[in-house]
Amino acid sequence: MSGRGTVLAKVRRALGASADDTVRKSAVAARLESPQPNTIPARGQLDREGRVALFRKMAEGVSATVEQISSDDVPSAVARYLRGHNLPLRLRTGADPAIAKLPWDREPHLERLEGASDGRDVVALNHAFAGVAETGTLVLLSGPDNPTTLNFLPETEIVMLSADDVAGDYEAVWRRIRERHGAGALPRTVNLVTGPSRSADIEQTLLLGAHGPRALHILVVG
Amino acid sequence: MQITAEHFKENARDALDDAQLQRALSKVGDNFIGKRAKAVAALPEFEQLRAEARAIKDHTLDHLDLYLEAYEARVREQGGHVHFAETAADARKIVLDICRRVGARTATKGKSMISEEIGLNEHLAANGIAPIETDLGEYIIQLRGEVPSHIIAPAVHVNKDQVEADFRRVHTHLPPDRDLSEPVSLLAEARGVLRDRFLAADVGITGANFLVAETGTSIIVTNEGNGDLTQILPRVHIVVASLEKMVPTLDDASTILRLLARSATGQDMSVYTTLSTGPRRPEDPDGPEEYHVVILDNGRSAVLGTEYQAMLRCIRCGACMNHCPVYNAVGGHAYGATYPGPIGQALDPAIFGLEKTHELPNVSTFCGRCESVCPMMIPLPALMRHWRDKEFERALSPATQRFGIRVWAYVAKRPRLYRFATRIAMRALGNLGSAAGRFKSLPLAGGWTRHRDLPAPAGRTFMDLYKAGRGRA
Repeated sequence: MSGRGTVLAKVRRALGASADDTVRKSAVAARLESPQPNTIPARGQLDREGRVALFRKMAEGVSATVEQISSDDVPSAVARYLRGHNLPLRLRTGADPAIAKLPWDREPHLERLEGASDGRDVVALNHAFAGVAETGTLVLLSGPDNPTTLNFLPETEIVMLSADDVAGDYEAVWRRIRERHGAGALPRTVNLVTGPSRSADIEQTLLLGAHGPRALHILVVG
Repeated sequence: MQITAEHFKENARDALDDAQLQRALSKVGDNFIGKRAKAVAALPEFEQLRAEARAIKDHTLDHLDLYLEAYEARVREQGGHVHFAETAADARKIVLDICRRVGARTATKGKSMISEEIGLNEHLAANGIAPIETDLGEYIIQLRGEVPSHIIAPAVHVNKDQVEADFRRVHTHLPPDRDLSEPVSLLAEARGVLRDRFLAADVGITGANFLVAETGTSIIVTNEGNGDLTQILPRVHIVVASLEKMVPTLDDASTILRLLARSATGQDMSVYTTLSTGPRRPEDPDGPEEYHVVILDNGRSAVLGTEYQAMLRCIRCGACMNHCPVYNAVGGHAYGATYPGPIGQALDPAIFGLEKTHELPNVSTFCGRCESVCPMMIPLPALMRHWRDKEFERALSPATQRFGIRVWAYVAKRPRLYRFATRIAMRALGNLGSAAGRFKSLPLAGGWTRHRDLPAPAGRTFMDLYKAGRGRA
């Protein structure tokens, strides 16, 4: 018998599953067809302003930096951040139209490269699908618009997040993804990012910049 | 790994005499315990979430065959592959076959206890494929030729100066006079060395914290980002996961995620929670071309539907060992099996067999802290007690011990005899010990008095005092 057949048969036998298993099957089908949220912490259940304020507080609490600006100001905010941190004025982004349509011509010295990263980029800019106020978490989806490598290879990650996209909780984001991608479907990779990379594996000393970005700068737009 | 659980007592003695280890362990408890307590206190819904999380896992386990099938169908629809492995050897073979088919020479690895359980690294290395651990703690212990001593902090037994010595020994291409005195310079060196390995790897192997049936998704949770570089850069991503990682929906995963990091490190959320579904899509500019999930049984299905089933609710946060007085005294290696601490004492016998691990359920004071902090409300002391019953039934403990238990049981089941015997014993011990108030040595109690004094009893039993005190209330 195949590994599959053996393992599933052992599980069924252990659970005492009968051949006519309609009750168990309908319980599983119902749960998968209409996913229901469990208890959602009250912490994030706020109005738009409240969610943005909580998102900012929580993200800063995990060593991200946050700036609130209008969308036209993204190129100059990026350039200002790079100059302020003594970083080259070069940036990698995906093909996201929300990034492409920004007034990049206002920062003629800022070079913007498009596509996935091969590990040589120092700074990346991605556009988050959502933010989660509850824990200051960014939600980023893979694809040509915002390649996943941009979230991990560059030393500095800048993320643009629309204030309208800051949800109170993860469940609200799953609802939005289900609406966009259809029931039961997700992009290849969904990254929930809460602060810059870190490790406490040496004597439990918390250090930023393990394998992912050393710095995470979030531009909350609008 | 070599299972040495039957030598726990010797292992523990060595651990207590190991000054380096004791220095490292002195930093464990307070750190984890304080951070967890703070995070839990900041979330008023924590207890409610615990109860819901337990219900989610109980429901999933009761319907596990159906969720496995639903999950498998979703993965296949997305172009991924699901492999079922009955044993550790089956899982090793599946992974090796994939690596061979794609001509892999190196495989980067995210931290995975399942990989440790099945001995994947040794198997790959023996077959010419170099496994490269990329979690900083795992990398350190791989250089040292050790196994993890903690399920989320694998190198918690290692001190900074030992890491420095290991890096100098292995990273010989770097200038010998470089400064490695601070953890930050050690981290930077590991980052640099491993970055090249990430980019060159043919296969990336990760574990999974969750498998989501709704979407056919595997989820990993890390702080470093190593698990992500492991799975998005190589051409092939292999997930090794045990079958109880299943949850029905994204909402269910979210509920348990709210408990996981808080219980583990005291973070509200780990830095990277990554959901992976199938291989890269046609339009994707990055991500793996092949996506495989190896679902491991290795003794777990035999636990389903029994009094041991609750152990399969475990989400591997490590809170039980962080709060365990025994773990904090001897560290993880003394347990001599893949999973240390209270969860290991419940789980290792199911995976590696009670014959080799029957000492473990006995290594407990039954103080109950593990159960009180377990986010999944696993009754760990009760599970250990069940194993002790089995140990007795199967005559695995020494004959003298079993004889002693039989005598005890005979007396304890006869209340008159018990009261008579204890009254005499308490009176005798009370008289003998009344001067010093304690015994430095006592026949038949050498195991106790060798390490500490036995306080002398008051001379009267509880039942005597109770009777005398009646009518006073």
